[in-house]
Amino acid sequence: MAERIRQMFAAARADNRAALLPYMTAGLPGPTTSIDMFRAMADAGADGFEVGIPYSDPLMDGPTIHEAGLRSLSKGTTTYSSLDLVEQIVVATAVPVVVMTYVNPVLAVGPADFCRRVADAGGSGLIVADLPADESDDIAAACQDAGLGLVLFVAPTTDDGRLAEVVARRPLFVYGVAELGVTGGRDAVSSHAAALAGRVRAATDTPLVLGVGISTAEAAHQAALVGDGVIVGSALVRRVLDASEPTDAAASLASAVTELAAAVRR
Amino acid sequence: MTIQSPPDDQGRFGDYGGRFAPEILMPALLELDEAFHEAWADPGFHAELDELLANYVGRPTPVYRAARLSEQLGIDLWLKREDLAHTGAHKVNNTIGQALLAKRMGKPRIIAETGAGQHGVATATACALLGLECVVYMGAKDVERQALNVYRMRLMDAEVISVEKGAATLKDAVSEAMRDWVASVENTHYIIGSVVGPHPFPLLVREFQKIIGEELQEQMDQSPIRPTPEVIVACVGGGSNAMGIFHPYRDSGIDLVGVEAAGHGIASGHHGASLVAGSPGVLHGSHTYLLQDEQGQVLEAHSISAGLDYPGVGPEHSYFRDTGIARYVAVTDDDALDALRVMSATEGIIPALESAHGLAWIMAAADELQGKTVVLNLSGRGDKDVQQVEKFGG
Repeated sequence: MAERIRQMFAAARADNRAALLPYMTAGLPGPTTSIDMFRAMADAGADGFEVGIPYSDPLMDGPTIHEAGLRSLSKGTTTYSSLDLVEQIVVATAVPVVVMTYVNPVLAVGPADFCRRVADAGGSGLIVADLPADESDDIAAACQDAGLGLVLFVAPTTDDGRLAEVVARRPLFVYGVAELGVTGGRDAVSSHAAALAGRVRAATDTPLVLGVGISTAEAAHQAALVGDGVIVGSALVRRVLDASEPTDAAASLASAVTELAAAVRR
Repeated sequence: MTIQSPPDDQGRFGDYGGRFAPEILMPALLELDEAFHEAWADPGFHAELDELLANYVGRPTPVYRAARLSEQLGIDLWLKREDLAHTGAHKVNNTIGQALLAKRMGKPRIIAETGAGQHGVATATACALLGLECVVYMGAKDVERQALNVYRMRLMDAEVISVEKGAATLKDAVSEAMRDWVASVENTHYIIGSVVGPHPFPLLVREFQKIIGEELQEQMDQSPIRPTPEVIVACVGGGSNAMGIFHPYRDSGIDLVGVEAAGHGIASGHHGASLVAGSPGVLHGSHTYLLQDEQGQVLEAHSISAGLDYPGVGPEHSYFRDTGIARYVAVTDDDALDALRVMSATEGIIPALESAHGLAWIMAAADELQGKTVVLNLSGRGDKDVQQVEKFGG
């Protein structure tokens, strides 16, 4: 299943562009309409999805995704209903999915059981926002047993020594934190992204996906010039939070993703 | 000074602790670990810290025999008077230490979270003392119920940011402080207020707070005129005052009792008793007992006392719990309020609502404690709580 993500990068590369991976919180705008958001984004040119399991205490997330998580939880979204959604996405679209969560929901289910459920749902990989490489042994092993890839982070603050340790663990892809800060839109990609991308390139041929703070087509284009993939989250989530009807939300996402998909061409 | 294990190099206390933090913070945590060990081995650092603790904070704090309460309860009851430390609580032991460390690391900006406001006040104090910029995150609900402490912080030139998210209490304040740190880590040190968070925080806060227990050993165990404690009681929110007084006694076999907040009662589900009624998981960077549902969503805590209104606890307390080094109990809001009134009327000491939980347990367990020498860590004074007590019909 991790293979599908590798194929996604290869296809994008062959097309001279970066892969576009929209992030969306599971269960929004509602339990039955959430799938429509992913359908709309797939039709508009998304290459992969980062599906966020809503969590009560998302330390790495800014106000938009935090609000989305709390709203989704209040609508009854659970870990298991989020994984049901992953299965629907994989069936309804041709787009591979990585699941994004935090350590505690993984431990609550148990790493082996959690990873097996993600794999059974058709997911390709796992992103755990508060799991540094140093603490990742158990969850990495569980991912491997289930046929999933684990994504690991590098940040502008990560020195070359740590960066070498991270890439030596052969992550599914390297998640390059493009901004010093939590998730949420910025006006432009900071100089951090290009510098970080250069250092990752020098250390590994594992695909590099840039995320955090990328909200505009211009920012996505700049990130696409130096990365293999681009994650856009808060700017899309905001559209769903602000839409009054699910159909409006889907239409708004489609137009944003169409623009972003054009922007990730080099 | 050498540091005793646990924790190990990865910050593990048995199964607990660790460093579950976003990668962006990891370099800062590693740097802090190194800077702390370096400072702790440097006599110059200790000389500066000891001088401030003696002449600015007013240490050692007294140990006082509560004669009238002792007689009333049939217990030989002693109070470790952390309420007499500068700023009115034990929190200042840690904030002075960490602020000195921040200065040594060349970080001019300090952030902190606060529940009852005592840690926020102690952080603002240390920053004013050492000329550091100070930003304090405080849940909106706590800003309201601890208005006096908010004003104290502002007088000392700290910026207080009211956090509206979640239940708007301590958990949300910690999360928001961590988000600030994710964005500001290059020039900012986060002075966490308890023995919680990713490694090395539980270690370094313990090391700065264990002076409480070390003083007690000198004042009682090694004193020719005072008895040796048989039971030591402290309230536990995150658990810094309890760890401070327990740690030097961890191999003594003495009965160490941590008192958590039972809020409206454990059965009500509205409480802050993570060790008594929670289960292991990861919150705010460490593996520890916490209040959570079966899918790992963290539950809101409840306590009348803002300092105990927290769904997690320091990882070393989880280790103490499982190994039996200490035992943990819980006391309701109502019993803590009663205890506050009793201590005020009987001893002329108004305790913090947090510390009153300790006395409430002692009063409830008086039969079991008859004739024993019991020390209560009176971790803070209650001026900040007077309005709350009045509101609840005090």
